[in-house]
Amino acid sequence: MIIPKPVLYIGLLALTVAAPFLFPAYMTQLATLWLMIIVAMTWDMTGGQMGYNSLGNIFFYGTGMYVAAVITIGMVYDVREYTDAAGGGIFAFTEGQYFTGLVLGSIGAGLFCALCALAVGWLTFGLRGPYFAIGTLGVAIAAGELVSNWEWIGAGQGISMPNYPGEFDEFKLLIYFVFAGVGVLLFIFLNWLYTTRFRSAINAIRDDEDKAEAMGLRTLRYKLVSWSMAAFFVGVAGGVSAFQLIHFEPLETAYQTINLGIFMVVCVLLGGKGTLWGPIIGAVMFHVIKEVTWNYFLGWQWVALGAIIIVTVVYFQDGLLGWLRLKKPEWFGIRVTKKDEVVTGPAE
Amino acid sequence: MSAIIEVKKVSKSFGGVKANTDISLTVQEGGITGLIGPNGSGKTTLFNSIVGYHPIDGGSIKFRGREISKMLVPEIARLGLLRTFQQTRIYAKMNCVENMLISLPHRKAGFFDMFRRHDTEEQERAEALLDFVGLYEKRYLRSGDLSFGQQKLLEFAMALMNEPDVLLLDEPTAGINPTLINGLIDRLKRANSDFGITLLVIEHNMRVIMNMADTVYCLAHGELLASGTPEEVQNDQDVIDAYLGAH
Repeated sequence: MIIPKPVLYIGLLALTVAAPFLFPAYMTQLATLWLMIIVAMTWDMTGGQMGYNSLGNIFFYGTGMYVAAVITIGMVYDVREYTDAAGGGIFAFTEGQYFTGLVLGSIGAGLFCALCALAVGWLTFGLRGPYFAIGTLGVAIAAGELVSNWEWIGAGQGISMPNYPGEFDEFKLLIYFVFAGVGVLLFIFLNWLYTTRFRSAINAIRDDEDKAEAMGLRTLRYKLVSWSMAAFFVGVAGGVSAFQLIHFEPLETAYQTINLGIFMVVCVLLGGKGTLWGPIIGAVMFHVIKEVTWNYFLGWQWVALGAIIIVTVVYFQDGLLGWLRLKKPEWFGIRVTKKDEVVTGPAE
Repeated sequence: MSAIIEVKKVSKSFGGVKANTDISLTVQEGGITGLIGPNGSGKTTLFNSIVGYHPIDGGSIKFRGREISKMLVPEIARLGLLRTFQQTRIYAKMNCVENMLISLPHRKAGFFDMFRRHDTEEQERAEALLDFVGLYEKRYLRSGDLSFGQQKLLEFAMALMNEPDVLLLDEPTAGINPTLINGLIDRLKRANSDFGITLLVIEHNMRVIMNMADTVYCLAHGELLASGTPEEVQNDQDVIDAYLGAH
């Protein structure tokens, strides 16, 4: 549009790097904002681009936390012994063990969640529309209940992660940059993915799956791969969250279906489903609204949140970008073109 | 000419409704075969049986000598047997070019083809086919915003993009402006002669079907009533009675 793309990207990258130094008091908030961006963008991969509204993506977040914890602890101690001590502080981790755990744990969490998505997707992708949403929500709730009864990983008490071997401010900065790094990688990945045939295929599934099948599209393959890639990034984000939160428990933090599990959907709805930037813009809007209401309307915050969801769903179903596309279709490449005109591809 | 589709004694009922009873028909390779019959005579049910939308109760359906009555819809589509829908189906939120590009044949697509970009040759083919059906200028509009008739044309172009061997068209001219129908007949004939696509067409418009088809089958009450050249079927007393409601 007006600002050339490279300038925009470099500017945003610079802002990302500078933000924690410009606003040190908000560092944890900014890290959480990146988490919201990651879960919103990944939710949109199936919910917005493919038309499969999953309410169970939080399953990958929670599972990611536990997998990262088990990998990190298991590399050094016996997991059962560690969880029995319930973070009694008798187990020390060296700097090397901590960082190995952070890297391998998060990546392992992502890979494990990607496999989980293949298995769960194989079972649930026969469901469509609201049935898929409820089916996946059921998976997340069931997983939370199962984990909260599993002694080996701390049951209802949860797990305490190793402490960061250093200053607390340094730790906050590290977590911010890990989240931001994952978010930037995810953006670069999706920016590429959405230029390939893959995007047209999952969009076709969203618009008319029966037609896509009638045209010979291997729909299940696309659905599984899409969800699995989304699950990888959610799993990694969950793994990093485990380190950020230091202590977490199954129902309120890991498998938090009514909080983060719903927030990621609201972010996408606010920004605009099925677009690259919609989930990012939506996540920023949502995070700001949420923090303002939590700070200034305490006691009414859930009412305010509910009101925002209702207004969005009733009046702005396509979110901010969807509304813009309706008002300014030419910005999105929607136009009539005569034969002799020079054609530039549709902008995203 | 050899038979490309052989339907033998196919029956299908829904509860107590016998939609198809012992229907046999043959589609010759390279030809245009018509399927006519009053409303509710079982034409679309037969189409759905051929392309695998539902299991059949009895009989056999062969495509190039291969039994396909137990195969799934996408598998049959990848064999090169494609259908269009009576209630036109396109990908409404995507523009026409995207609709065309995702309709490229998936027959040979391997796993990593999912992440391939469309090359210029494919883009040009998509645009050429959109030009062929007269939608070139509207190619960057959302297909859901096109009129019903234009959506039908787009669906037809998408089917051509898929390079099928056989195309099953369910009422291609329904809802299309009478002056455009001649253009559409011409395009259907050209798809048959220029692209070598065998056509099996359900049609209510007698003028259209008699003009195009070399063989016509007529169904009534789920049974095969008559078959032959358009002239033979047109002059068949049973066919005339079925259409006019005489018994």
